[in-house]
Amino acid sequence: MPKLMTPYAQKLAKNSKKAKQYEKTGPWIEAWRRLRRNRMAIAGLIILLVLIICSICPQLLTPYGPDEQNYSEAFQFPSLRHPFGTDNLGRDILGRIIYGARVSLVIGLISVALSLVIGGLLGAAAAFYGGKTDNVIMRVMDILIALPSFLLAIAIAAALGPGLMNVIFAIAFGGIPNYARVTRAAILTVKDLEYVEAARAIGAADRRIVFRHMIPNALAPIIVQATLGVAGAIISAAGLSFIGLGVQPPTPEWGSMLSSGKQYIRTNWNIVTFPGLTIMLTVFALNLLGDGLRDALDPKLKR
Amino acid sequence: MYRYILKRLLMLLPVLLGVLLIIFILSEITPGDAARQLAGEFASEEDVQAIREELGLNRPFLERFFSYLTGLVTRGDLGVSYQTGQPVIQEIADRFPTTLLLALVSMLFSILIGIPTGIISAIRQYSWIDSTSMVVALVGVSMPNFWQGLLNIIVFSIWLGWLPASGFYGWQYWILPAVTIGTSSAAMITRMTRSSMLEVIHQDYIRTARAKGQKENVIIIKHALKNALIPIVTVVGIQFGGLLGGAVLTETVFAIPGLGKFMVDAIKARNYPVVQGGVLVLAVVFSVVNLLVDILYSYIDPRLKSMYRKTVRIKN
Repeated sequence: MPKLMTPYAQKLAKNSKKAKQYEKTGPWIEAWRRLRRNRMAIAGLIILLVLIICSICPQLLTPYGPDEQNYSEAFQFPSLRHPFGTDNLGRDILGRIIYGARVSLVIGLISVALSLVIGGLLGAAAAFYGGKTDNVIMRVMDILIALPSFLLAIAIAAALGPGLMNVIFAIAFGGIPNYARVTRAAILTVKDLEYVEAARAIGAADRRIVFRHMIPNALAPIIVQATLGVAGAIISAAGLSFIGLGVQPPTPEWGSMLSSGKQYIRTNWNIVTFPGLTIMLTVFALNLLGDGLRDALDPKLKR
Repeated sequence: MYRYILKRLLMLLPVLLGVLLIIFILSEITPGDAARQLAGEFASEEDVQAIREELGLNRPFLERFFSYLTGLVTRGDLGVSYQTGQPVIQEIADRFPTTLLLALVSMLFSILIGIPTGIISAIRQYSWIDSTSMVVALVGVSMPNFWQGLLNIIVFSIWLGWLPASGFYGWQYWILPAVTIGTSSAAMITRMTRSSMLEVIHQDYIRTARAKGQKENVIIIKHALKNALIPIVTVVGIQFGGLLGGAVLTETVFAIPGLGKFMVDAIKARNYPVVQGGVLVLAVVFSVVNLLVDILYSYIDPRLKSMYRKTVRIKN
């Protein structure tokens, strides 16, 4: 600010600064502003950031390798040396949890991305073309939804055999109908709005209308569903590992840590407690974020 | 109304056919050879071939599918378990009541906890009761139920010694599994009850009821809850499917001889007929529950009845 200014000029400058602050605006920036004010959602976001850091560079956060066995230190309870104790093979539980973050996040994100893309395209096609296309797509979705999704995941994982990619596929498959339904409903609400009509009037291609006009405007409920979906996927993945259909040991995965620890619960409570606590915390954070996003993206819904 | 129910039941048939086809395809691509497994490690090639012949495993896929289908439709036959040689339908019938009963008890538990908590949270919105129960509910939603089962065993059976950890013999064996399975649905029901009640509670007719001096608890139960019930019932219906799916894990944790544990064991042993039958039965139950929920709507809200009468499709 220049030194010599009349009070009026100062006021003007201040106002223009304020104006500049609000210059950058748009639905997404508005939503971010609302989200930022939601303390619970930010808490969730911070937990998730910590987990993301864990999954990027686990070796910086723990001195122990994920498979580093030390029989002389097996079955230890929490101590300074091993904050969460050690398991039956003397592996540091905290270390394995940190390494496990990558597996769980990868499964959660990729499986949701897969079912989001497939389900989203199917739902969009159903809503956009309507009629017979709609009927066929949604009846197939009805079949998939007639099975509780975890049951379907079990059936698929059993058929494909254990392994990371198979788990991702098994979970993604069960999620498809949810995203198809959400996307279809979201597209149906924007389908007959004026701007879509306007785009059609100037001769835009179907693909352009769907991807440039409809999907961006129908994105809010889909994002919320996807955030909550990652939480569900992480729980399902842990469940599959728990019954031996998921990621196989010795890969450090939270569910399989629970599975191998359950035979020692009578003597060593810590082996199953901490991995489960981590799953819960992760899912809790995603749920907080999902709830926050729902409020932020759709202010009309907030009470 | 009856026409509507009939129509829904008819619509169920193609859905179940599709479910069956999916399961059949899945067991087709499952690696491993059931016949070899049945024959044992040291069986000769002829023995394996004989078993394959006997079970019809060497016939083409579609032929097996249709013979299974006709067996199911004409005789209620779900095939024979590869492990025991017993009819699958019999083995499922032996175990399914346990799972169903467990699901019902957990459902009852979650409704008894969830609806009152949700109502109180809505009435006292933003109070400490509300924020506490919302955080607890979110924790409940976030807990994997098999882990909660393990925790419950650690705390209540091992540390405190109050309740048995596994098996299924008397009522005290029911408590831990039912609480374990029911927690997440209780949490979902709480959340849905709260938001649904909040939507209703600020309506004009509630204010009218208050203005005419109606007692507060009558207002809440008769005026508010009754109108808030539809989303709650929907969630209860959805949760029931979740309970049946979740029972698979919880039964494994608590060693309960139900359909869920039976199916997990069958998957490990590549016992396809059992897996197919089990998934089919659960899909039927889930679909029937959904239908019941839809029928229940018209009793909760008589306005919806007219829609069924005209059998118009509700656009979603």
